[in-house]
Amino acid sequence: MLKHVLAAATLSATISALPPIARAADESPPLPHQEWSFDGVFGTYDRASLQRGFQVYKEVCSVCHPVKHLYYRDLAEIGYSEDEVKAIAATYQVTDGPNDQGEMYQRPGRPSDPFVPPFPNDQAARAANNGALPPDLSMIVKAREGGADYVDALLNGYKEPPAGFNLLQGMQYDEYFPGHQIAMPPPLSDNAVTFADGTPATVPQMAHDVASFLTWAAEPNLEDRHRTGFKVMLFLVVAAGVFYAAKRKIWAPVH
Amino acid sequence: MADARPGAMSRIIRWIDYRLPFVQFLNHHLVEYPTPRNLSYWWNYGSLSGIMLVVMIATGIFLAMQYTPHADYAFDSVERIMRDVNYGWLVRYAHMNGASMFFILVYTHMFRGLYYGSYKAPRELLWILGVVILILMIATSFMGYVLPWGQMSYWAATVITNLFSAIPLIGQSIVTLLWGGFTVGNPTLNRFYALHYLLPFIIVAVVLLHLIALHRFHSNNPLGIDLKGPQDTLPFHPYFTIKDLFGLVVFLLVYAFFVFYAPNFLGSPVNSMPANPMQTPNHIVPEWYLLPYYAILRSVPNKLFGVILAFGSIFLLFIVPWLDTSPVRSARFRPVYKWVFWLLVIDVIALGWVGANPPEGLVVTVGQFATFYYFIHFLVLFPLIGKLERPRPLPLSIAAAVLQGGGTRLGGAGAPMAKP
Repeated sequence: MLKHVLAAATLSATISALPPIARAADESPPLPHQEWSFDGVFGTYDRASLQRGFQVYKEVCSVCHPVKHLYYRDLAEIGYSEDEVKAIAATYQVTDGPNDQGEMYQRPGRPSDPFVPPFPNDQAARAANNGALPPDLSMIVKAREGGADYVDALLNGYKEPPAGFNLLQGMQYDEYFPGHQIAMPPPLSDNAVTFADGTPATVPQMAHDVASFLTWAAEPNLEDRHRTGFKVMLFLVVAAGVFYAAKRKIWAPVH
Repeated sequence: MADARPGAMSRIIRWIDYRLPFVQFLNHHLVEYPTPRNLSYWWNYGSLSGIMLVVMIATGIFLAMQYTPHADYAFDSVERIMRDVNYGWLVRYAHMNGASMFFILVYTHMFRGLYYGSYKAPRELLWILGVVILILMIATSFMGYVLPWGQMSYWAATVITNLFSAIPLIGQSIVTLLWGGFTVGNPTLNRFYALHYLLPFIIVAVVLLHLIALHRFHSNNPLGIDLKGPQDTLPFHPYFTIKDLFGLVVFLLVYAFFVFYAPNFLGSPVNSMPANPMQTPNHIVPEWYLLPYYAILRSVPNKLFGVILAFGSIFLLFIVPWLDTSPVRSARFRPVYKWVFWLLVIDVIALGWVGANPPEGLVVTVGQFATFYYFIHFLVLFPLIGKLERPRPLPLSIAAAVLQGGGTRLGGAGAPMAKP
């Protein structure tokens, strides 16, 4: 009897899990799978890694990339104290207003402010970046096939173009970028940042940490989701047992 | 039930019930309701679908309280639900994955109907109402997918609404009317939101009709033979309430797994980017549950004909009760149809796979063949097999088959109660 339910579930899962054919134009090597602390049923974020990733974002990525869905207050979730969050926010100048004179004005950031974007709008961003638009990173991990693995691979994937590859003016070659022509210059180099906890700032280390940070930026409720999910599944497994026993007992006389 | 022991409560209930026979109604339809005693777990999918409809409406109403139906704010308002609304992530992931679960349940329910001939006389209208529900679900889910205003939302809306432009002469005017403008834009989003909120309640109404039609002749059963008397049935409560409850919990385990551990597995990463009318995604695909229709659409080189076949593949289901000429309902007693049924299952899965992939090389060939087979299956094989096949002898009654072993038990989708 159970096998029918399972058969149906398996069938349904198979339908949705059939692999898409790799496109002929896309010859990227398969993404190397990294060990992520947030993988799996009990996955949680590694606070130290998130803080290092935030530092990489702040000191490197944020020069061009906004994360418009994050607020400074959100940083409390990755282990910064209330005072530290206030101090981080205060290092930014936020445009507020209009005031009583109808003027916009600058003031230091507060925890309730969203992350200050590097450019006033997309046009300014394009003008400063050779026509390319650095995408918003708040959802980048959810918006790319492969998620954190993709971000990590991309940051490590800069290479010399193979012989005969027609690299356009101002473009870089990246193994994992679709089409391999990426407008972003290699953002990371060894010791581009100095980590407060003494972790050596190698490119793979920084890529891993910033990919973790961006995963958190895309899914800030992941830990809550995993925890709640475990309780729900546990409850349902017990309930299934109870209902199955009750079903057997009720049906026993009429079999 | 209420009059078991007289007390203040039961007197109140009796007073009300005399004037408004609600308890009687529930008693008649949920408690005493005679149900074939040999129903297998494949008969759980109907009630599960009904429960899923309620879950979708409940989560949807809470989402609507926080969502902003405007092209400039929709995407961000959904992200706000995900990040800042208490348990917003849970409600939204439950709604998002709920749509997929709803289709899994309903498709399984329909394949069960096809296997056991549940559409045959006198249940033709029951089946037809089911197809109406499916069409309403497809419309509702498509419009719901547009609401987050992501890249795939926008481009799916563009592609699907453009299908109507295939209609000769008035096509383009219909598309303009659907859009509320000359491109997919804010008016499109607004009307889709209004309709996405409206249609589920129309589905509820059709579900009620579906239930009225169901209760007229009661459920079909794995043997596909008519109920001959009370010895063939069991009261719905407690026998089928407990069976449905157990099935529900098992289903919820699958549902919860997706919501909590793989919430984005069934969706497209492209929809995590806000809609951008200036940039087409290199590969536009609908949600998985619409892939087979999409595959049929793309398998035909002519746009109008493709649209006709894609819509036709659903509308074809309306006449299935008359295409099947076999007097026997259950595939268990139909030695040929029993196998041909699985060809349809494989065919539909193949179409789904075709729909998910760019139309190049092998995909095109498989798609055209699978599309061809889909229509042959219903239009040629259904009537033909019914005429040519020699069905196996049917048991005298459900009670005879179930209680005395009956000698009719076959492998495959089993008879769970057939213990000698």
